[in-house]
Amino acid sequence: MRPLLVALIPIGIASLSFQSTATALSVSEARHLLARTGFGNASWQEIQRLRPLSRQQAVNALLQGVKRKATVAPPAWTQSAPVFRPPRGADREERRTFYRARRQEALTLVDWWVREMAATRSPMTERMTLFWHNHFTTSFRKVRAPHLLYRQNVTLRRYALDNFRVLTHAMAQDAAMVVYLDNFRNRRGKPNENFARELLELFTLGEGRYSERDIKEAARSFTGWAIDRDTGAFRFYRRRHDGGMKTFMGRRGRFNGDQIIEIVLKRPQVATYITRKAWRAFVSEMPNAREIKVIATRFRQSGYDIKTLMRGLLLSRAFWAEANRGRLFKSPIDLIVGTVRQFGVAPPNGRMLFRLTRSLGQVPFMPPNVKGWPGGKRWITANTLLMRRQVLQALLRRPATNRDRERKMGKMMTPGRGDRMMKGRMVALDLDRWVRAGPPARRDAKRVKQFLLAVAPVRAPDSSADPARFVRALLLDPAYQLK
Amino acid sequence: MDRRTFLTSAAAAMSASALSASASAAATKRRTLILVELAGGNDGLNTVIPFDDPAYQAARPRIAIDRNQAHHLDQRLGLHPELEPLMAGWKARDTAVISGVGYDRPNRSHFRSIDIWETASDSTQVLEDGWIARAMKNHKRDARSVADAVVLGGKSSRVVAGEGIKAVSMTNPDRFVRQARGIRTSRQQSKNPALAHILSVQSQIDRAAYRLGEIAARTRAVQGEFKGRLGQQLRVAARLILAEARIPVIQVSLGGFDTHINQVGRHRNLMRQLGQNLASFRGALKQGGAWDRTVVMTYSEFGRRVRQNGSGGTDHGTAAPLFVMGGQVRGGLYGAQPSLTNLDAGDMRFAVDYRRVYASAAQEWLELPAARAVLGRHRPLDLIRG
Repeated sequence: MRPLLVALIPIGIASLSFQSTATALSVSEARHLLARTGFGNASWQEIQRLRPLSRQQAVNALLQGVKRKATVAPPAWTQSAPVFRPPRGADREERRTFYRARRQEALTLVDWWVREMAATRSPMTERMTLFWHNHFTTSFRKVRAPHLLYRQNVTLRRYALDNFRVLTHAMAQDAAMVVYLDNFRNRRGKPNENFARELLELFTLGEGRYSERDIKEAARSFTGWAIDRDTGAFRFYRRRHDGGMKTFMGRRGRFNGDQIIEIVLKRPQVATYITRKAWRAFVSEMPNAREIKVIATRFRQSGYDIKTLMRGLLLSRAFWAEANRGRLFKSPIDLIVGTVRQFGVAPPNGRMLFRLTRSLGQVPFMPPNVKGWPGGKRWITANTLLMRRQVLQALLRRPATNRDRERKMGKMMTPGRGDRMMKGRMVALDLDRWVRAGPPARRDAKRVKQFLLAVAPVRAPDSSADPARFVRALLLDPAYQLK
Repeated sequence: MDRRTFLTSAAAAMSASALSASASAAATKRRTLILVELAGGNDGLNTVIPFDDPAYQAARPRIAIDRNQAHHLDQRLGLHPELEPLMAGWKARDTAVISGVGYDRPNRSHFRSIDIWETASDSTQVLEDGWIARAMKNHKRDARSVADAVVLGGKSSRVVAGEGIKAVSMTNPDRFVRQARGIRTSRQQSKNPALAHILSVQSQIDRAAYRLGEIAARTRAVQGEFKGRLGQQLRVAARLILAEARIPVIQVSLGGFDTHINQVGRHRNLMRQLGQNLASFRGALKQGGAWDRTVVMTYSEFGRRVRQNGSGGTDHGTAAPLFVMGGQVRGGLYGAQPSLTNLDAGDMRFAVDYRRVYASAAQEWLELPAARAVLGRHRPLDLIRG
């Protein structure tokens, strides 16, 4: 960490003219920044590392630390050649076996990504990858080829903090996306509008900023954008492409897909739309039109540089406002990953992980539909709130009854579909050990509240209580559901 | 604060507000409305089939239902073969089929259209709260009701989302009660809207669990064949109604209707689930003497195009039929089957605004005092006897 800090100080001083002050972060501010850019948590150590920095230096430090590749090795099958369909002449049983094997692969993919989220030194990388996964959505429910989902995940991570323009082009040629939105069926004379519609409605402009005609013309431009049957790689089939004249958003030309994207990206609404979405995810449920406009303009002028976007959001007044602390809900992934990161344990895996994420409403690689997980208030219903309590209580039970607990946990959730993959492990948060072994802050009631929660607990536990019980009470408090 | 204390003060608060609230049939006649969401856009044209219209077969050479396979409702309309279990209700005249349900300037985007149906808005309006939530404003709650609305199937629903309505989601009442033990509610208000939301949900859980606990003794196993996801939800719904949980609105949902590709098999499967489970539901409630205080209404965010597409399926469309059934429903055909040739950009023109069906449900059936304000100029269809 030291060399990084030393390198940053000149940058910090040079940009003192920017709006934020050069004063060092408070504990609350450091926690807030880490929780919002990561998975809703912040350890005492991480907070201490950021404290000497100013807001700007801290944000830059996080952005500098972003990675382009995952650190945990992916499942072995991702490295072998994909098989996309059951063998010719396969009977019903063979087909079933084939698809079951694909499903196992998909579950190991979920496993792998959650492990990466838990282990990475740059939670922001994974948080942003998840953000884009929720934007350029695809789902195993339709794309039954885990290889393609894996490749898309790699691409999303590569460009997560890079450039939105590049990312959009990459997604238009992403095989998982081509399958998910049926573009491989889109051909001259037999257009399929699905991808073109979602490109405009969900990925770039938002509803109402184009006409039905624009969708039709865009669809024509993307004809022939398909995938190779055997390798699953993106392939352009010239014979299927409609090279005729199109009128799209007032322009005329023999457009292809690339050109459609370029025309769309010239619209200022794109930057606003993306900025608003990121605002909701990182800053607040309440949009601030003025601040968003400023950030969107900078985003656009930077040529859609995503770091510029994030810097704008994370240095906005609204982001740091005291009133804004703890006003976002932790997503199911935040709850699981953030908690295991906080307590330094391995995440649940296998079938256990799948059931947990499904019961809470967020399984990576399986968003509910192309609009993604709506998030916000929608994470918390009577059903999911109860489930969240169950999950935390299960995590907190003593290790001795591990197997017992796994059985109970398994029963509590809706039954799986007979996956033969490993049952999966439920980890134990040994609070006694955590409290005893770590820095003194863990044994200090006031400090623990400061770094564990974004806002004051609803039922403040007795600070004279045994530290482990104190922490347990905080985890089960409603305040723990917020970030 | 312990549960008993909380509920005593809650009861006191309720009776105070009851003076200003108005009675609804939901409370006085213990009526329930079951909303069955068909998510994805059900192909209405293959559900209620105009088998006599030559344009039907012409538009769907590969996917049309043969006239001899359809269950005839009259000389021109018939049901998908897998909806055979619904014919008992049709013949008993407690099942209504409403054709051509839709709205002006239809939207073909799933998300926008779902928003519209869930909030009872116009095509260009954007409303926040669900239509049931708004229609239940100021309604007089039955003191022993588990909740104003229950959403089953583990999903959240916009229909019942809004201020002042006590809606609870669950998959299974027993599990719900077990899991709710240990939730200690707090009377605290919070300026933090996120925290306030959690506290509100907690208090609804607490109340619902308490009430469910009370009726647990009355809850008997429900007879009948309930299969699949929809079946599980309808079985729970039947249990709740038979145990007199006094829940005015219960929502269930079946997904998979977005049949762009290779529709025939998939749609058949969905129709089978729908037909069988609705019939079992009807049977269970009739046996338990509760069919007369129950109305079921299906709905979907849009129908599908008349013409089949190049992938053996259909794309997003507009108007479609829906079903309303119940012991007090005046069975028969309502609305009008849209023309298959006089189309609006390839789609059928609607004959009945969907809000008229809503009006029958919320005004005629549940008699919710705020329903008229929500549904405005859309008059009920006169679907309920008496």
